[in-house]
Amino acid sequence: MTDTFDVKRRGFFGAVAAGAAGAAASTIPGSPAKAQTVKPTVAAPTVQQAAAETQAPLAPKESELVGRTASDFMVDVLKSLPIDYVATMPGSTFRGLHESLVNYGGNKAPELLTCLHEEVAVGMCHGYAKIAHKPMASLIHGVVGMQHGSMAIYNCWADRVPALVMIGNTQALEERRPGAEWAHSAQDNAAMIRDFVKWDDMPVSLPHFAESTVRAYQQSVTPPFAPTAIVVNGDLAESSIGDVKIDIPALGHRYMPVGDPAALMEAAKMLAGAQAPVLVLDRCVRTQEGLANVVALAEALGAAVIDKGGRMNFPNRHPLNQSGRAKTVLAEADVVMGIETADLYGVIHSYQDRIHRVGRPLTKPGTKIISLTASELLIHANFQDFQRMQAADLSIIGDGESSLPLLLAAVRSVATTSSAMTDRVKKYADAAREDMDRQRQAATYAWDASPISVARICMEIYDKVQHEDWSLTAPSTFLSGWPTRLWNFTKAHQYSGESGGYGVGYASVASLGAALAHRDAGGGRIPVAVLGDGDLMCAPSILWTAAHHSIPILIVVHNNRAYHQELMHVQRMAARHGRGLENARVGTTITNPNIAFAKLADSMGVWSEGPIDDPNNLGPALARALAVVKSGKPALLDVISQPR
Amino acid sequence: MTHKIALLAAALMLPATLALADEPKGDAAHGKQLFLADGCYECHGYVGQGGPGLRLAPNPKPPVAIAAYIRNPVGEMPPYTSAVLSDQGIRDIYAYLSTIPAAPKLADIPLLKVGE
Ligand code: HEC
Repeated sequence: MTDTFDVKRRGFFGAVAAGAAGAAASTIPGSPAKAQTVKPTVAAPTVQQAAAETQAPLAPKESELVGRTASDFMVDVLKSLPIDYVATMPGSTFRGLHESLVNYGGNKAPELLTCLHEEVAVGMCHGYAKIAHKPMASLIHGVVGMQHGSMAIYNCWADRVPALVMIGNTQALEERRPGAEWAHSAQDNAAMIRDFVKWDDMPVSLPHFAESTVRAYQQSVTPPFAPTAIVVNGDLAESSIGDVKIDIPALGHRYMPVGDPAALMEAAKMLAGAQAPVLVLDRCVRTQEGLANVVALAEALGAAVIDKGGRMNFPNRHPLNQSGRAKTVLAEADVVMGIETADLYGVIHSYQDRIHRVGRPLTKPGTKIISLTASELLIHANFQDFQRMQAADLSIIGDGESSLPLLLAAVRSVATTSSAMTDRVKKYADAAREDMDRQRQAATYAWDASPISVARICMEIYDKVQHEDWSLTAPSTFLSGWPTRLWNFTKAHQYSGESGGYGVGYASVASLGAALAHRDAGGGRIPVAVLGDGDLMCAPSILWTAAHHSIPILIVVHNNRAYHQELMHVQRMAARHGRGLENARVGTTITNPNIAFAKLADSMGVWSEGPIDDPNNLGPALARALAVVKSGKPALLDVISQPR
Repeated sequence: MTHKIALLAAALMLPATLALADEPKGDAAHGKQLFLADGCYECHGYVGQGGPGLRLAPNPKPPVAIAAYIRNPVGEMPPYTSAVLSDQGIRDIYAYLSTIPAAPKLADIPLLKVGE
């Protein structure tokens, strides 16, 4: 290192140096810090420093202020982690780290991604991690940026997905410029998200930063996965550190927590001895290997599978996939095993949105319940995303996907193929075939209608992408499940699943993150995001970021010109109260004026067409859009659709 | 509109369901209007193809069956009392649903030749 300066633009980091050498300003060669390997830092300003700060400033000339800054070291820490991207909307609270990332860090690994809203920055992390199987980071402005980004953090938390959230702040009050910097600083900037992150810290020194950032990463990727947060104090980041050497804890190889082998054997025996075992999967599968294991498990047991769709858990056309007949198979079940099922109670109870709320078990008395999940290791008190408690006869704590090999081996060691099992499997296969025929028939209704039916939209898309390496990045739920009813999902990366927290806007922001991961996976994958108009309007700037960073993605706006879910809710209330049926549209529809999504996309440099309301025009438009996506760019079609 | 009065008179003498069993004399245009204004389309689709709610068309159930269900639904569908949707309105909705043409044949839709 050639640093000869141990000065800081701001006075906080090196209180010792400030106190002792402040008057000598910036030109002391061979600063004392040079002799140290690790320089302990001091959080609180000393009396001398405080005095120095309140007296006429002994300001060094700005032109002399060169040298290695703490934010460069922070970049070293980030580079020591497998983090490829830092998504950010710029904010002054982290300007030092921002500058170090793009200059000192060369804007590579991690690369800064420009977002136009913090919800996009965090939401990208959410969608990205589900496909890349590793977190990326977001860098969020103190207080106000956090407030913008917090819903996306909540979705990520509720969906048990890892992300590293870095939050700007200015800790020492004398370091804050009057005005904005005070408004964007907090005593405890992570307080407002603490209920929905796994862990957070506000490092007050660089060794502290190194250790806590690595810990935050580790905690995030340890099941149950979750976002973690690090507050980056700007006063620390902007301080000068000379050539101090500070250790960065190494990230060793980590093994996942698997269920107790004896308990898994017990589960295997219960399942293998059952007349009608049922597996319920939700946030279970992450990788292709996990998918293969889950298929092998179901086949070894001849078990019916209910895929709740939190992830791509089971091939939708597999004969054992009985998701469309969940009530029937649950009524017959004698053993039900939930694997990473976010709401096992909700699966095995019926519940109707009626005036008198009644939850009725869908299983018969005596049905044994097994649960395998790591989510019980992490539950916070305030937000109620943990759902209702389901008592289980056997509760196994461990990561679902990681426990599958042991469970599978146990099942194989005890399961035998009986004629009852063969009959059962045949019955499921017949039912699955009949169900598929019913779904295809159901799709014919309104096939030629305008606005275009959601089934038609989905099948026109599938027709164009089915021979590509496609992936559906947005939930299938709001599309009446048409993709998961009729497309052919066989790979783990073909579906990103649900949002976790049901926060509207998720589909758009997470799709962008997923598309980035798909781009980096290579092989010309085609991410497909069918986005509700309401969802996209929460974060329309994903379009600009997609264009700016050349993230290929096929966006189809499922434009029903309403917050349709809410419209149905208000309609339900009007009917229940016996009045004003026509008024349910007030405050729920997005008409007058209609939003011109194609123009919106065009304004942000995204190829677009629409509005398309004639079903016969959709196929050709999709072909043109797909060509754009295959050239490495985003494309958007605005499709005027039936409600669901 | 005149037949509406006649039916109303009939309805005064007969239980509602019996009145509805009369010849359907609904006004399809008005039925479409009601189907949209009263929000049926939200759950059943603009042409009754189904969605969160069941398929209602083509070949709708007779008005008496529609009335029986929507006055006293057993599932998630919200109840529509006669105060907000008259029996004649139901006939009109039935008339609208009766105008929905048959869906194209599955075999004639190449995009639905999947998973066979
Ligand atoms: C908020 C959603 C919703 C609205 C609005 C709604 N329905 Fe329904 N409807 C349903 C659901 C869901 C079902 C399926 C049965 C159930 O769960 O009640 C249904 C079932 C029906 C059935 C029974 C069909 C059968 O084959 O058994 C009829 C008839 C019907 N609806 C007519 C209507 C009409 C007419 C309107 C408007 C006046 C309407 N619905 C509005 C949700 C709705």
